[in-house]
Amino acid sequence: MSLTGLFLITFLVVHAGLNACIWAGDHGEMFNKSAHFMGTTVVVRIVEVGLFIFFIIHIIQGYVLSAKNVSRRGHDYKISLGNRGSKWYSRTMGTLGTLLLLFLIMHINHFWISSRFGGIANIRPLPEVTYDNKMYHDLYSEMLDVFRNPLVVGLYVLGCISLAYHLMHGFQSAFRTLGVNNKRYLDLLWYTGVGFSVIVSIAFAMMPISMHFGWVKP
Amino acid sequence: MLESNIPSGPLDNKWNDYKGHIKLVNPANKRSLEVIVVGTGLAGASAAASLGELGYKVKAFCFHDSPRRAHSIAAQGGINAAKNYQNDGDSVFRLFYDTVKGGDYRAREANVHRLAEVSVNIIDQCVAQGVPFAREYGGLLSNRSFGGTQVQRTFYAAGQTGQQLLIGAYQSLERQVALGNVKMYTRHEMLDVVLVDGKARGIICRNIITGKLERFFGHAVLICTGGYGNVFYLSTNAMGCNVTAAWKAHKKGAFFGNPCFTQIHPTCIPVSGDHQSKLTLMSESLRNDGRIWVPKQKGDNRRPVDIPEEERDYYLERRYPAFGNLVPRDVASRAAKERCDAGYGVGNSKMAVYLDYKAAIERYGRGEANKQGRDGVGDEEILRMGREVVKEKYGNLFDMYEKITGENPYETPMRIYPAVHYTMGGLWVDYELMTTIKGLYSLGEANFSDHGANRLGASALMQGLADGYFVIPYTIGNYLADEIRVKPIPITHPAFEEAEKAVQARYEKMMSIKGSQSVESFHKKLGKIMWDKCGMSRNEAGLKEAITEIQELKKQFWSDVRIPGGIDETNSELDKANRVADFIELGELMCIDALNRKESCGGHFREEMQTEDGEAKRDDENFSYVSAWEFKGDSNWELHKEELKFEIAKPSQRSYK
Amino acid sequence: MEHYTMNLTLKVWRQRNNKAAGSFETFQVSDISSEMSFLEMFDVLNERLISEGKEPIAFDHDCREGICGTCAMHINGKPHGPWEGTTTCQLHMRAFKDGDTVVVEPWRSRSFPVIKDLMVDRSAFDRIIQAGGYISINTGNAVDANAIPIEKDKADVAFANAACIGCGACVAACKNSSAMLFTAAKVSHLALLPQGSPERKIRVLNMVAQMDKEGFGACTNTGACEAVCPKEISIGNIALLNREYLAAGLTADK
Repeated sequence: MSLTGLFLITFLVVHAGLNACIWAGDHGEMFNKSAHFMGTTVVVRIVEVGLFIFFIIHIIQGYVLSAKNVSRRGHDYKISLGNRGSKWYSRTMGTLGTLLLLFLIMHINHFWISSRFGGIANIRPLPEVTYDNKMYHDLYSEMLDVFRNPLVVGLYVLGCISLAYHLMHGFQSAFRTLGVNNKRYLDLLWYTGVGFSVIVSIAFAMMPISMHFGWVKP
Repeated sequence: MLESNIPSGPLDNKWNDYKGHIKLVNPANKRSLEVIVVGTGLAGASAAASLGELGYKVKAFCFHDSPRRAHSIAAQGGINAAKNYQNDGDSVFRLFYDTVKGGDYRAREANVHRLAEVSVNIIDQCVAQGVPFAREYGGLLSNRSFGGTQVQRTFYAAGQTGQQLLIGAYQSLERQVALGNVKMYTRHEMLDVVLVDGKARGIICRNIITGKLERFFGHAVLICTGGYGNVFYLSTNAMGCNVTAAWKAHKKGAFFGNPCFTQIHPTCIPVSGDHQSKLTLMSESLRNDGRIWVPKQKGDNRRPVDIPEEERDYYLERRYPAFGNLVPRDVASRAAKERCDAGYGVGNSKMAVYLDYKAAIERYGRGEANKQGRDGVGDEEILRMGREVVKEKYGNLFDMYEKITGENPYETPMRIYPAVHYTMGGLWVDYELMTTIKGLYSLGEANFSDHGANRLGASALMQGLADGYFVIPYTIGNYLADEIRVKPIPITHPAFEEAEKAVQARYEKMMSIKGSQSVESFHKKLGKIMWDKCGMSRNEAGLKEAITEIQELKKQFWSDVRIPGGIDETNSELDKANRVADFIELGELMCIDALNRKESCGGHFREEMQTEDGEAKRDDENFSYVSAWEFKGDSNWELHKEELKFEIAKPSQRSYK
Repeated sequence: MEHYTMNLTLKVWRQRNNKAAGSFETFQVSDISSEMSFLEMFDVLNERLISEGKEPIAFDHDCREGICGTCAMHINGKPHGPWEGTTTCQLHMRAFKDGDTVVVEPWRSRSFPVIKDLMVDRSAFDRIIQAGGYISINTGNAVDANAIPIEKDKADVAFANAACIGCGACVAACKNSSAMLFTAAKVSHLALLPQGSPERKIRVLNMVAQMDKEGFGACTNTGACEAVCPKEISIGNIALLNREYLAAGLTADK
């Protein structure tokens, strides 16, 4: 869980970085170019396959672990320890993960399928745009379109909140599982983890919000 | 005739000489010899592990759910060893001498010397097992001082030395279990010894979960079941500590040595009410730094912090200037009782004295300020730093005190009072730790051997481990070497049948009484008789009364005890009833022994025998012997005497002034 | 400390034996002194039950000074009750007030089957120790105790970990019923000492394997174990175990 989790965390960093391009104020040019780069570079595409594999492993491992662990108690307590012993989000990683999975399916359906396969199989082709005489998929305007729907924005924000809590536990837990036991580092990792979860999730959430409310240039 | 089998030759060479001449068992034969070890405290676990390592087939038994629960785990202060790491004049001889003297010249010299000799090996062994003893910054072992000695020879692991030593022994034991050399039976209580042709050949146990009786064969049986302090109901022993295994052995023919020698520990948390189920010890190591006092004025009801220095009576420092607060336990206990009886006691019950850390906190605080090179530090800051140091040394004890009493001992003096803690008496054993039954051994607190009439602090752990790690592995071979031709006796042998039938009958009888009084109420009554009349001080009239009262109690028990539940199931009340029934019989013997011993020695204080200033007065001429009692039938015992000869440590009046 | 008495409602798990189904039984107890320990309150109740001709409540207990690790009650949803760093036997009635309802359950874990009422079988812990929780040294093999100097700080940490009393509260509190804190305390106690280092790899591999075999859940670092541990064993040990385990797994020959 920890290794796949950490890989996915690095993916989040890249993803958030690309997303940030929407705030470049250039009507999405930088963003579309970056997306194009990500979509056409061989190395990135290979890594992407890896990414999918890691996602799948992480998801399967997660469910197997949860299923195994949930059966160990046998008989439930009449009164449970609850938040007196641990944080609620530490105990609900499986649920948070499931929410994230649902979000992921929606998200992939929204953008990834159309940007990767749209042109090939003619499933929901993306609009196109020309910069410097070169054609690019206009993912940017597709996003503006999708995020016009307040329900979608709401679901995205919920997804980001799930992500924040999932990371809040997952970030430091991954390091513990990998054997970081130095108290100083653990403290550092705890604060870094909280900071990371909050910042990355807010960054993600701001994207649909900004687009919905027209804070970026169309 | 009692034969203690002490090897001849000079004292300091007896053990070596013995080891060089005993019979040995070859490794192949060890594999076919079975040894039963009952009890898995320090003595039992270390014996079972060591014998397993040697290759014997060991079966170990405990009534707990795990061998790690034995009450050795609760020992706090430390373990003595004549390492002389502190360069303060310690030696094997001095440890031997202190122990004999501390025991008020009622211990066997040869045993004590052997104990002092092997004490150094124990520390080595434990460190090698990973026991995390306290260390100095240089990485070497730390020592502290303890009552009754003037050198620092006590090794410790904060206030949890017993726990750490037991876990060490437990781990060694579990390793042997994993290797298949030891078979461990938990939640099994021994209820009888099986004798075949006069030799111990097995035991009958009750499986505490199923209630079924089970039989086990062994070429030899080791009783390592600890002491019988719970005969007093309230003691520092665990709730489950009992005399049953030793008592069954006694009734089958093993003599009981010095039953009246019990140790009352001076620093325990006082009784808070009728609900009290046990007493909690505060390690004797607290007397290193704490000062004991009572108000000079009778019935002074001020808060202790409001009583000015000049109105406090530091009675131990006053009476015993040389040893002060570090006098041996029996002396400190009696002195506390004397003050309380005289009306100077403190607390609600007035049966307590103060143990004060104020001075130590100040002293440590100043030391700390000095170390940090800080001048002109305020009083508050000094106290804060001092508290930190005290916390590091005794933190867990202070926490425990606060949990139990709700008072903060860093701010206000602790209230303490003596409580029953240890029993020096036990199954009589010879130099090889064999009882008067062939093939039946007794180790640790369960035997009577090394502490005489009073045990010094930090010596119980030492003795338990000495017996288990370093004595029995040698001495048992000397017996088993002649047993190699004995094939395992099937447990269908009539001796097993008979023993089991007797146990079954006893249990059925107890269950059939269906009276009106609970087991607990009998135990409480017995405890009160014992504490009042056979406790910290004893006299002829009281002891005679006690004997009559106990006999009456026994009759009541066997006609009016109420035990709920069934016989073939988990039934804690039934287990307890069986133990209390044995305690009642033992109580009678203790009083008989105390009555017989018309002298004061160590923990045994006969009011008729005291010096003018109230100190114990020994009578070496008439009582320099071990009382070994032979069971002859209901309320009937015969006294055998083992003369004690002191060739090296010549008896003198113990003086700690 | 101000002394007071209280009346309480107790809801206690009763179960005749391992096979029987259990249920809660409600008792009213009165005139309980605030100076009693929690188990003494049970003693009072049991004495009453016996006098009423009923069966007393079976529970495990022994030393009653917080060190043997025998007592094990899940009190109002928390192993060993409301106080921090305290065993059931050291919990005193000062922790409750008049009129309180107290729910008492046994440890719940498939690996700790109930024997009767509040008694459970924790022998799985012994088997984890058997798998490697020791230093393989036979009696008599030892060198002089001061021949191996050990940094004081390390010795202190080893001691803090060795303070585990094997009560099982960590398992009882963990939502996964994981025995990681117990196992980790022993692994790190021995790994921190030079004496334990020859068997470091094999020890951690075997102990973890045994833990899994006993059916304990996997650790997900929720921290409940640390929060309820009566000896306040640090969860940092679990990370140390993980490191030992990874290192051993990566460098093992087979």
